[in-house]
Amino acid sequence: MNAFLKTMAVTAVAATALLGATSAQADGERYVLVSHAPDSDSWWNTIKNGLALAGEQMGVTVEYRNPPTGDLADMARIIEQAAASGPDGIITTLADPDVLSGPIRAAVDSGIDVIIINSGTPEQAREVGALMYVGQPEYDAGYAAGLRAAGDGVSSFLCVNHYISSPSSTERCQGFADGLGVDLGNQMIDSGQDPSEIQNRVMAYLNANPDTDAVLTLGPTSADPTILALEQMGLAGDIYFGTFDLGDNIVQAIRDGVIQWGIDQQPYLQAYLPVVVMTNYHRFGVLPGNNINSGPGFVTADGLEMVEQFAGEYR
Amino acid sequence: MSDAGQGAGAVPAKDERVKEISGLRKALIRPELGAIVGTIAVFIFFFAFAADSGMFNAQGILNWSTVSAQFMIIAVGACMLMIAGEFDLSVGSMIGFAGMSIALVSVTLQWPVWIAILLTFALCIAIGALNGFIVVRTGLPSFIVTLAFLFILRGFTIFFPQLIERQTIIGGIDDAAEGDWLAPVFGGKVGGWIFDWLGSIGAIGVFERGTRAGEPIVDGIPMLIIWALALVAVAHVILTRTQFGNWVFAAGGDAQAARYVGVPVNRVKILMFMFTAFCACVFATCQVMEFGSAGADRGLLKEFEAIIAVVIGGALLTGGYGSVIGAALGALIFGVVQQGLFFAGVESSLFRVFLGVILLFAVILNTYIRRIITGER
Repeated sequence: MNAFLKTMAVTAVAATALLGATSAQADGERYVLVSHAPDSDSWWNTIKNGLALAGEQMGVTVEYRNPPTGDLADMARIIEQAAASGPDGIITTLADPDVLSGPIRAAVDSGIDVIIINSGTPEQAREVGALMYVGQPEYDAGYAAGLRAAGDGVSSFLCVNHYISSPSSTERCQGFADGLGVDLGNQMIDSGQDPSEIQNRVMAYLNANPDTDAVLTLGPTSADPTILALEQMGLAGDIYFGTFDLGDNIVQAIRDGVIQWGIDQQPYLQAYLPVVVMTNYHRFGVLPGNNINSGPGFVTADGLEMVEQFAGEYR
Repeated sequence: MSDAGQGAGAVPAKDERVKEISGLRKALIRPELGAIVGTIAVFIFFFAFAADSGMFNAQGILNWSTVSAQFMIIAVGACMLMIAGEFDLSVGSMIGFAGMSIALVSVTLQWPVWIAILLTFALCIAIGALNGFIVVRTGLPSFIVTLAFLFILRGFTIFFPQLIERQTIIGGIDDAAEGDWLAPVFGGKVGGWIFDWLGSIGAIGVFERGTRAGEPIVDGIPMLIIWALALVAVAHVILTRTQFGNWVFAAGGDAQAARYVGVPVNRVKILMFMFTAFCACVFATCQVMEFGSAGADRGLLKEFEAIIAVVIGGALLTGGYGSVIGAALGALIFGVVQQGLFFAGVESSLFRVFLGVILLFAVILNTYIRRIITGER
């Protein structure tokens, strides 16, 4: 029992130290960013970095919150909670308007300014009373990618969807199919989040459908295992491969010619700009007159240097 | 063993074979003692570090009590089942499945919402019974059987909406539920007038702008919380005050011995599986009615959260010992810590670290308390 008490005391001290460290920087405005990403989604690291840098440069307190499993109902609770803690502004995504518009609207009505980033559409952002929308319209980005692929002679594809429960992921695949001018049908697979599962499902699909022209992945979570799958099947560099979003492996694969292009929605800007915009709005009352499109930008083998240097960190 | 959950039990007067136990010790040493201590510690901790962060204003209290109530609903089911000696790992998948079932019946088939809710309850309880039946009949560990259902139910939850509606989130349930008589029982709020009054005297905040300007920010107690408290009360009374409650302890403590004295162990276990499914379905229905949509990812990992709450509450993983009140307090601790860490300004990725530490402490403390109660070495 003695040892037990000692351990407890040590933990309490450690916990206190942690708390002291994080709440010491409370001066100036406070902004909370609530994302819909599960802990396992590495792509959001760029968002975290953008948020931290903006907070540092503007001299404001910033916090990042997400539902650990990606459960959107949990995310709604987090938004309610963020509102209860009385920040100056909330930056959040609109992954499912049905679930999230209630809590977001309540936050707006209780006097907290909200900027919608990443998921959702400019129209939905206006409906919930947000100041603006910063992001990349998903369907349009998928459509633009589809047109580009169609120009390169693609007529069938596999969409590796690692986040099938988010409507915006499906919109990317749908937009790509429409851009190609083909029916989405069964060309989209639910790959799950686990790397080896994704790899095996991609291999299974391509074995079953050997005449597939192209592969489309929706981010590093699905792209990295897909690169491995293609290498293992000897299709790397042979099959047409496009992806949404960037990461270390994706950039390397673009350099190696395995991936033709990556669509960069520049997530860094989605976290960085809202903090800058809101801080200026709260300090001086100035606000840009329109939504900000952070993407899409196509990243190809040309001009990769800066992208490569900052991939996974700021790109 | 079977009556250990009821505290020290009734001590016959003046029997030299029975050791004297002081009244204070008797009142203190009970299965939920660890959870009570934990609850007090957690509240002291957050009062010290997050008192001025909005955690204890009306909105903040509603936030963590709602989250705790969610945990409580599934923890009650998991607790009863665990005392009866079994696990249910399909709780999380069942939540997603039940929500989707309500959505598909009410939105896609356009049937009245009350039929959708009743059908879903019947379906879930039937699946719970099937779970129990397979466990009892085959003698396989419930861990494996319900793990199978974890995958089966989650798979269907993704497959059916994909097949029928080409999407994994189905919305529009709130429109369908407009004017329905059963929907408010799960998604409604009660006591609105109290909050209107509190808002008007300035005790709680009001909306500053928008269409609801002037209305209190908290406009009622969600039915979710009422369900949680009712389930805890009913389960506690059944477990500690009825013959059936003794059967539950007996079935989990030593099934064979219980059979010898005439306890219908199989029936008890199957009923507990059905009750767990019922609780998961209550959770799902409340969630769907509140948010107006059902998603294929709802309820992910909730089975473990339920089990964690139950274990923090002092129940024994191997069955035969535990308390519903303890499980409810475990759920409260879980909810308060999860939401409170944010109010206290702790980096959110550290939540799991805290959770692990609390779980470990709770189990160690509970083991110590249990040894005192049961006298085992």
